[in-house]
Order: sequence, then structure tokens, then C-alpha cells
Amino acid sequence: MIDIVINIVLLAFLAITAIAIVRMTNLFAIIMLFGIFSFLSAGLFVVMDAVDVAFTEAAVGAGISTVLMIATIALTKVQKEKHTGKHRPWLPLAVVIITGATLVYGTLDIPAFGDPEAPAQKHVAPYYIKQSIPDTGVPNVVTAVLASYRGFDTLGEVVVVFTAGIAVLLLIGGKRTKQSAIKKEREKDDT
Amino acid sequence: MTHNLILRVISKFLIPLIILFALYVQFHGDFGPGGGFQAGVIFSSSIILYALVFGLDAAEKIIPTAILRILASLGALIYASVGIASIFSGGNYLNYSVLADTPVAGQHLGILLVELGVGITVSAVMLIIFFSFVGRSRP
Repeated sequence: MIDIVINIVLLAFLAITAIAIVRMTNLFAIIMLFGIFSFLSAGLFVVMDAVDVAFTEAAVGAGISTVLMIATIALTKVQKEKHTGKHRPWLPLAVVIITGATLVYGTLDIPAFGDPEAPAQKHVAPYYIKQSIPDTGVPNVVTAVLASYRGFDTLGEVVVVFTAGIAVLLLIGGKRTKQSAIKKEREKDDT
Repeated sequence: MTHNLILRVISKFLIPLIILFALYVQFHGDFGPGGGFQAGVIFSSSIILYALVFGLDAAEKIIPTAILRILASLGALIYASVGIASIFSGGNYLNYSVLADTPVAGQHLGILLVELGVGITVSAVMLIIFFSFVGRSRP
């Protein structure tokens, strides 16, 4: 019972936050609301007993990405969205409504939440739950799956993070002395 | 820069606690929720808090960008070399069971090292991204 109440409250707040994000034009306030949105989803994950996912969502979604987006705003110095006034919302609205209706129709075939007979629970999950303690001796099944059974996946994820770091360094890393150095050299050539 | 006395005092209290919590999440990931990804992000958030309060130059003095670049690649290297080590010990790539005397001890060692690599790479990359974004807006 209490779970249902918490779910309804969290989902209502999620919807309110989403509508507020759509209606606002101040980018700084929108970023703050994005952080709140992430934090509410983290709460939902906790209610669904997915603590590891909730932890990641709270740390990455609400924490780091908020800071990075604020840094981006400080960099681009755009504080407000521009409104052109010629915008006609009907075609996008129709596309969104049709896509949403299709997705809702699709969920009708999905097994109920936590259904033990669901195909996802019958594939490798029973093996992980039964064998993770004898195989690895690690009480947290999530860690056993992430780091050991699917270690190769996690290696790929780490390489993705590493690649993102390299990409940022290549695009905007380093000191911005080059342009002024070029200018100075040109001035030298002129004189 | 303004004085911001309360921010400075409170963050000086908080930063060691955040780092301690990151280490707890890192090495307690086997027993509770958490692991390398979360710990890396939490650790980098402590340095980001320092940079926000005390300025970017002070933060870059603690962890220079050159060291961050090395750390980012070191983490991925630790992860991959655990896999190589298990090949040389006679198992498949990333099969930790052969790393120690018993399979369970080997899995423990392997998961610990792998999570350490994840944590180092994630925290270094987050700091690299933050430093390059913020450093860009420097005059």
C-alpha cells in the first residue's frame, strides 16, 4: 500500500517537473529542474529495489551532469531560449501522441512488474542468483554480474568513458594560448 | 574573488567526508550497493566542490591535468591487464578464478582490481571533462 502511494507521489512530481521544464525559458532554472528530475527517478529506482541503479542516477544524473551543464552554460553565455513565434506545434504534437500511444499499446504485452514467470527472469537470472555466492563469494549479485560474469561488458563501458574523456580533451582541452600566439606571430610578420 | 566564509569552512569539513564515502563505496561494492562507477563520480565531485569554492587554479594544483590524463588511461589499463593476467594464469580473458589459489579468492581479487580500475578511470575522466569545460571560460 505505502509503495503505491510513494510511486504515485514520485510519478506526479516527475510529471510536474517535466511540464515545468517544457514551459520554462530560463536555461539555468531548467538545469536545476533536470537535477530534481534525476533525483526523483533515483527515488523511483529505490522503490523498485534497484539500489545500484538509483545510486548511479543520483550521483551521475543529479550530481555531475548538473555541474557539467552549468559549466556549458557559463561557456556559451546563453541564458535564455530564443522564441521565434512562428513555431507551429501540431505536426510534432501528432508525432509524439502517436508514438506515445504505440508505446503504451506495446506495454500491454509486457509481463507484470516482478512477475517470476517473465522470460527475463527465466533466462540467466536463476543461475546468477543460485551460483553467485558459490562462484564468487560476493554477496551483492549486481557487483558479481557486472564485474565478473559480464566483465567484458564492463570493460567496454570503461573504454567508452575513457573515449569520452579523450574526445573532450581533443575538442576543447588544453590551454587557449594558441590563437593569441598566432596573432603575435602575425604581428611580428607584419612588422 | 569574494570571501564566501561559510562555503569555505563547510566545504573544508565536507571534502574529506566525501572522499571517505567514495572510498567506502569503492571497496564496499562487493557487499552493498555501489562500485567503481559510483565511487569514481563521488570522488570527482569532491574535487569539483573544491574547484567551485576555492577556484580552478587551486584545484589544478592538487591534481594537475597531466596526471589526470595518465590516471584515466591507467584505470582502463588495470582493467585490461587483469584480463591478460588471467590468460597467463591459464584461464580465459577476464576469468578471475585462476588468479589465486582458490576460485573464490581469485574472483575476489579480480573484482577488487577491476572495480579499482573502473573507479580510477571514471573519476579521472569526470575531472578532465570538468576542468576542460571550466578552463575554457577562463579569460
